[in-house]
Amino acid sequence: MSAVISTVEPAEETVRPESRAWKKLKASKSALLGFAIVAFFIGIAVAAPILPIADPAATSWSVVRKAPSAVHWLGTDEIGRDILSRMIWGAQASLMAGVVSVLIAVLVGVPFGLISGYFGGWIDQVISRITDALLATPFLILAIALAAFLGPSLTNAMIAIGLSAMPIFVRLTRGQVLSVKTEDYVEGARAVGLAHFAIMARYILPNVFAPVLVQATLTVATAIIAEASLSFLGLGQQPPAPSWGSMLNVAKNFMTQAPWMAWWPGAAIFLVVLGFNLLGDGLRDALDPRET
Amino acid sequence: MRKEFLAALLLSATTLVSTAHAADLRIGLQDDADVLDPDQSRTFVGRIVYTSLCDKLVDITPDLEIIPQLATGWSWSDDGRVLTMDLREGVTFHDGTPFNAEAVKANIERSKNLPESRRKSEVKSIESVEVSGPLQVRINLAAPDATLLAQFADRAGMMVSPAAAEAAGADFGANPVCSGPFKFVERVQQDRIVLSKFDGYWNAGAIHFDTVTFLPIPDTTVRLANLRSGDIDMLERLAATDVASVKGDANLGYAEAVSLGYQGITVNIGNGEKGDNPFGNDARLRQAFSLSLDRDAINQVVFEGAFAPGNQPFPPTSPWYDKDHPVPARDVEKAKALLKEAGYDSFDVEVQVANNPVQTQMMQVVQAMAAEAGFNVKLKSMEFASLLADQSAGNYQASQVGWSGRVDPDGNIHQFMTCKGGINDSKYCNPEVDALLDAARTSNELATRKAKYDEARDILNNDLPIIYLYHPTWIWALSGKLEGFTPYPDGMIRLENVKFN
Amino acid sequence: MLSYIARRLVIAVPTLILVSVFVFVLQKLLPGDPALVLAGEERDPEVLEFIREKYRLNDPVIYQYFHWMKAMLQGDLGISLRTQQPVATLIADKLPVTIQLAIMAMVIAFAIGIPAGILSAVHKGTAVDYIANFIALSGLSIPNFWLGIMLILLVSVQLGWLPASGYESPFTDPVKSLQTMIMPGFVLGTALAATLMRHTRSAMLGVMKADYIRTARAKGVLENAVIIKHAFRNALLPIVTLSALLFGELLAGAVLTEQIFTIPGFGKLIVDAVFTRDYAVVQGIVMCTAAGFILMNLIADVLYFLLNPRMRSSL
Repeated sequence: MSAVISTVEPAEETVRPESRAWKKLKASKSALLGFAIVAFFIGIAVAAPILPIADPAATSWSVVRKAPSAVHWLGTDEIGRDILSRMIWGAQASLMAGVVSVLIAVLVGVPFGLISGYFGGWIDQVISRITDALLATPFLILAIALAAFLGPSLTNAMIAIGLSAMPIFVRLTRGQVLSVKTEDYVEGARAVGLAHFAIMARYILPNVFAPVLVQATLTVATAIIAEASLSFLGLGQQPPAPSWGSMLNVAKNFMTQAPWMAWWPGAAIFLVVLGFNLLGDGLRDALDPRET
Repeated sequence: MRKEFLAALLLSATTLVSTAHAADLRIGLQDDADVLDPDQSRTFVGRIVYTSLCDKLVDITPDLEIIPQLATGWSWSDDGRVLTMDLREGVTFHDGTPFNAEAVKANIERSKNLPESRRKSEVKSIESVEVSGPLQVRINLAAPDATLLAQFADRAGMMVSPAAAEAAGADFGANPVCSGPFKFVERVQQDRIVLSKFDGYWNAGAIHFDTVTFLPIPDTTVRLANLRSGDIDMLERLAATDVASVKGDANLGYAEAVSLGYQGITVNIGNGEKGDNPFGNDARLRQAFSLSLDRDAINQVVFEGAFAPGNQPFPPTSPWYDKDHPVPARDVEKAKALLKEAGYDSFDVEVQVANNPVQTQMMQVVQAMAAEAGFNVKLKSMEFASLLADQSAGNYQASQVGWSGRVDPDGNIHQFMTCKGGINDSKYCNPEVDALLDAARTSNELATRKAKYDEARDILNNDLPIIYLYHPTWIWALSGKLEGFTPYPDGMIRLENVKFN
Repeated sequence: MLSYIARRLVIAVPTLILVSVFVFVLQKLLPGDPALVLAGEERDPEVLEFIREKYRLNDPVIYQYFHWMKAMLQGDLGISLRTQQPVATLIADKLPVTIQLAIMAMVIAFAIGIPAGILSAVHKGTAVDYIANFIALSGLSIPNFWLGIMLILLVSVQLGWLPASGYESPFTDPVKSLQTMIMPGFVLGTALAATLMRHTRSAMLGVMKADYIRTARAKGVLENAVIIKHAFRNALLPIVTLSALLFGELLAGAVLTEQIFTIPGFGKLIVDAVFTRDYAVVQGIVMCTAAGFILMNLIADVLYFLLNPRMRSSL
């Protein structure tokens, strides 16, 4: 049980692992598939304004809640808007909400987790207890407060979602750090007088990577769905601007009358999350120092 | 362990059988009721529960006529300041104490004086109650009040046992004691309220259930699923979008009644600085907005035609509706012309809307319709507490809100349209309208009152402090084995003569 | 170890105080006046004033806080503005329901997530791996309301196997209690299973390549034994962290699932309380959830130690 992860050797550092990792990533079929899915959705989100599709806000009282057809490929929604065009326009808000808020959570959460686990003692106590406090604060209160003070905007919604997803990354990182920092090679690094920052960056961070990556790719789904509840409280996108989350939210009332209203946003969220997870798996393997 | 399991299984099987024999009615409600004290309560579903639990002095017919319940007859003095009521004989409360004139006096005084009472404004006009006989009370008013009888047809007229109320004080709601057809058994918050038949009820012959259980089931789809699976026998507030499927189901019954309430857009006219904007200042803009809307289409798109389009505080089916001002047809050209007359080609207006999917859907339809006439409507979705705070503080331009409605017309208009009206969030103020609405309060003559309301409508229809949109319809879905249910516009579930066939 | 736990329990007190201050201030910053929401449609000024007086809404926030704190230290959590019931009673009613649902969901999440994660790690890159991932991610992306309503329509309406919604206490009717919990537990559990599965897979992949596993394999130890005894034990760490957090989140209530299945738990209670600005209830539940999170995180830290004794020094 002694040498669990003793493979980060100086020799490997010199062969520029990034390039090796990149090669491995490119060789992985599932990672490429994941990349393709994500790229596809980013593509349509960016291209929405130039695609030959209907106005996502254009209503038509004669085609309220119509099933998919040749005219409306994905059907129409509760006030006769084209779901395909709302899906495409909604991609932008949903991807932003999914990706940016997760980035906020990771970029804030991981450093705090690192510091908390690595230094321990009172620093750990302070960070951990603040995390506990954040976890216990109902998301709803935070969201209403932010809505009241910042007003509706997608950016504010992303901040709110990011903040509420952050504690999980602090806890995950901290747990991993705790398990690694007693390893011989970390103790060794410390013994030879390497700076804390260098030790964290070189020996500890790589071990934190896998669970954080997995969690981040999963949180994308939760964040996309959370955006909808925020729009509802007056924080995110306001009607009639579309997002997948709010489309799902509305579809809830028409589950039996217009089931397709839930299918498409549900499927899109599934695909995006699948894409990110596959990509994450590839990255994980590629960056794993043990993988040959 | 295994034995226990079997025993439990047997037990549940036997209870299942026994409940099948006893007539247990299970009703699915949209929300949980609040405090079960008629003097303190404020929720609609609370009133549904009281209808089975607490009798009132008077009741209404489906056509909104006032009829006897605990009071068998009444008369007004000539100056309209004394109401004399004769009370039903032989009525007892669930705790066995008798219902009499003393009890009525105690009840009205409780509504007026209990610090927690939410009924104070409803019985404000009452100066004193005199016991003029064992079964007769004289109610003295400070000023004539035509609305009082209608108040007695609702919570202000519900009679609770004075002995029990005295003993429990403000905690009466934990174990309410009234004189209605059913008595209180138990309540589990957010889960159920159970009532059982009161054998001493004065009209026990009309009651055919041993117990009634009210179950709050907030999700409309799930409420209907419970009815279909036989877990409940009836439900209130079926979603309009489910009407067709319920009507087409031979195993289910259906009932509806246009409600007394309305939904509309309240415009800030004089409530703080925000009222000082063109939309609040220039009635032509509001008229143009109203004309840009196709109320029939709103009803079709959002409510599948189940609701009633409207343009007044009373639904077109009401005897108080002013037929000289019918629901306007959509006229985009005229709307554009009015907009132009007011000096605009296009006009930006922000409307706040409560974060409820149906209201949001409805407002998006309004948004799209108004856009065609040149209105650039910005919707602001808010949770209700924030919306209410902004609205009463005047921190809004326009706000989509509704009113649950009252039996007496005064309740739908006076407090919204008079300068000092308690919930006049628009802060619309017109002395002429004030005089008319005040006058309509004092007469007990329907024709006189109607004339006043019609006259006020001539002014209000022009000024449009509230742009009325539609009147919700109460929709009930029932199990096919239930018969005898009568829908009422107040949305209550009256169980007299309802039974399993 | 015991002294460590004791120390942590002592630290829980300032944490709870921190939480209470934070949430109290945040609540007071919210727009909206509880008196307006609770006075009834007419908003009678007399009633408004009465409510503000009775619940001390006119006092400065700091007074309100200390008043609340003083009462709480005497075991009084206050009265709900909305239902006029003692907050302690509300919590006592709903905490067992919430815990029951949380346990049910966790059991289902573990039963699906962990084996699926191990299988997919062991068979990485094969059809088994892809299918397991596909199912897990579906569980994550399918909205709870959709799965919930579909289950009700299928299992209750079509097949008539289970009651469509509602709750029964296990003490009054254990069979029915279980019946009412199966569907909501499954809906919540499948969503969590995805998280557990993905982490189990990732952690297993990491550990399985470690030297000692290779050594064990080389020694000819049976494959299954290697997996369970060595690899899984070390892979557990992130799973412990996450399970603690997920369980904590379940204790905070799952409003959508509760609402669909009409389960009277914390989720709906707190959402209603926030929407009506029922401060005492919000505060009471938040304290309860905070205690839950603190306890869960403590358990996680103790488990870290049990799984890897070398971490003792860092605790």
